[in-house]
Amino acid sequence: MGKTLFEKIWDKHVVKQIEDGPSVVYIDKHFIHEVTSPQAFSGIEKRGAQLFRPQQIVATADHNVPTMHQELPIKDALSKFQVDTLIENCKKHGVELYGLGHKYQGIVHVIGPELGITQPGMTIVCGDSHTSTHGAFGSIAFGIGTSEVEMVFASQCIMQSKPKVMRINIDGALKNGVVSKDIILYIIALISASGATGYFVEYAGSAIRALSMEARMTICNMSIEMGARGGMIAPDQTTFDYIKGRLFAPQGADWDKKLATWKELYTDADAKFDIEINIKAEDIDPMITYGTNPGMGLSVRGTLPTIESFSDATEKQNYEKALKYMGLTAGQSLLGMPVQNVFIGSCTNSRIEDFRLVASIIKGKQKDPNIKTLIVPGSQEVAKQIVAEGLDKIFAAAGVEIRQAGCSACLGMNEDKIPAGEYCISTSNRNFEGRQGAGARTLLASPLTAAAALLTGKITDIRDII
Amino acid sequence: MQSLQKITSKFIPLRIENVDTDQIIPARFLKATTKDGFGKNLFRDWRYENDDESKPKADFVLNQKQYSGEILVAAKNFGCGSSREHAAWSIQDYGFKVVVSSFFADIFKNNALNNGVLPVTVTDAFLQQIFAQGADDTLSVDLEAQTITIDATGATEKFDINSYKKTCMLNGYDDIDYLLNMKPEIEAYEKANQ
Repeated sequence: MGKTLFEKIWDKHVVKQIEDGPSVVYIDKHFIHEVTSPQAFSGIEKRGAQLFRPQQIVATADHNVPTMHQELPIKDALSKFQVDTLIENCKKHGVELYGLGHKYQGIVHVIGPELGITQPGMTIVCGDSHTSTHGAFGSIAFGIGTSEVEMVFASQCIMQSKPKVMRINIDGALKNGVVSKDIILYIIALISASGATGYFVEYAGSAIRALSMEARMTICNMSIEMGARGGMIAPDQTTFDYIKGRLFAPQGADWDKKLATWKELYTDADAKFDIEINIKAEDIDPMITYGTNPGMGLSVRGTLPTIESFSDATEKQNYEKALKYMGLTAGQSLLGMPVQNVFIGSCTNSRIEDFRLVASIIKGKQKDPNIKTLIVPGSQEVAKQIVAEGLDKIFAAAGVEIRQAGCSACLGMNEDKIPAGEYCISTSNRNFEGRQGAGARTLLASPLTAAAALLTGKITDIRDII
Repeated sequence: MQSLQKITSKFIPLRIENVDTDQIIPARFLKATTKDGFGKNLFRDWRYENDDESKPKADFVLNQKQYSGEILVAAKNFGCGSSREHAAWSIQDYGFKVVVSSFFADIFKNNALNNGVLPVTVTDAFLQQIFAQGADDTLSVDLEAQTITIDATGATEKFDINSYKKTCMLNGYDDIDYLLNMKPEIEAYEKANQ
């Protein structure tokens, strides 16, 4: 029997299989950031051990950094201490750091791919659940806890039980106004926030093949939001074209050699998945979430479920809790509802293509006067590209300010927060209670839907304005 | 890591599904550089009105005096969302040794196991039986036998854990000790796969 893409890469990286236990899996690349690494560094020091392969680790500061005046010292003392601790730890242990002020600094899942560090066939981990983003290149990439960061520091390996495999096929052509964010929000709404727990997901089908690398990253990024260990897409010419020529991409003869192995990375025709799901691209509308987990999403033209549609008492109670938090009513429509904030950014949607999409909608128009914005590029490189393409002028003319790179209002660890009780259309990945600030009400959507709200001040079907 | 063999304790029933790690420990508490002291901020925004410790929310179970114990029982999909191990640290630091649910998110489950907190997965029906018990009733968890028992009724269910992790838990070993002893094999792997 043939092998799935996942199995091909996994099998190649198993150093040892522990009997009735996890596999010891070798890790090719380890990304770290300031929030989930300090306890791992101190743990390794306490053991008197050394970092085993520091040259396979890349660090950046992203979660905790301000997105204005990055040239000045960080004001928040705890944030500053954590970022300084990362600088000190990287120096002490010989880890490459693209810290604040560095030209390569940015959200860890944006910089890895854009620098060509992320490559097909690799195993990649990071103490961050959105590490699944890198799976867009045909790599096994997943988020880990800090104890596991310490494991990789100590041994370049991790203990993992082999997950089951799921394939989600999306075939056909997307409707006008529908982008990759809508695909993944549709999938999560379909199978729920826990629908892929225990699985590694491969996304396949003609609709996936037609997507750019940026769009593929958006899909893989949110795999964790349905509980998946990770998500991946087989590499193809789109992947190879994206990687070629990037800073850390293989060069010359090495490129040819690597390319030949990358071309072997696909699921064999006779490989078996534990579950397969088939979706028609034309069934997908622009999506928006209404609740407090990413599975609570619907078409922007849809209506919220009725209370009676829940038969299970706990589920009903949870739905009512979510409605209360969100200030919404069962059965209502969202279209036309005023929002106060728009956040465009995060490891889900802060790449150059996202800014091009938004710019294409707001060009020559003015932001709604009641909308407050947080527009945050994923990296210094993205910020530079925005200027190079003149997109900054389109945003400025629309009355919208572009900030500096970081995770920002996705999780509100810095000062970029949404005020309690206010709604925010957000291109990020989580609508959990308090995620964007205590009491903040998050509505997840695509950059197009966010751009539409930016102009109208309301939840808008992008198709009504393009 | 603390070892764990058997425990009999009252439990705290958290009848909420999809409890994400942002609720377990909100992001603003992730600025720490040590593992200590997270327990006081466990479920912070569900516990207190406007982040004010003098205003506990009466309807939240951790604030209801009749409930106590070293076992937390939660509805399905516990620990979803962010990979932050701070969630496991806060549960452990608060004093929980076992978390029971009908379904755990993967990363949380690993993080709990790596910190000596035992995640026990039970069936939906058994979870409902636990939730039906009173505040003074106890649960017994026996890791060696891989059983969880509702002491008042004697109802028992077996739970899964792989034998490697079970041995680690019973003895308080961690994965890093194991991996540090594997260096020659890892170096051999690297050489073969260069």
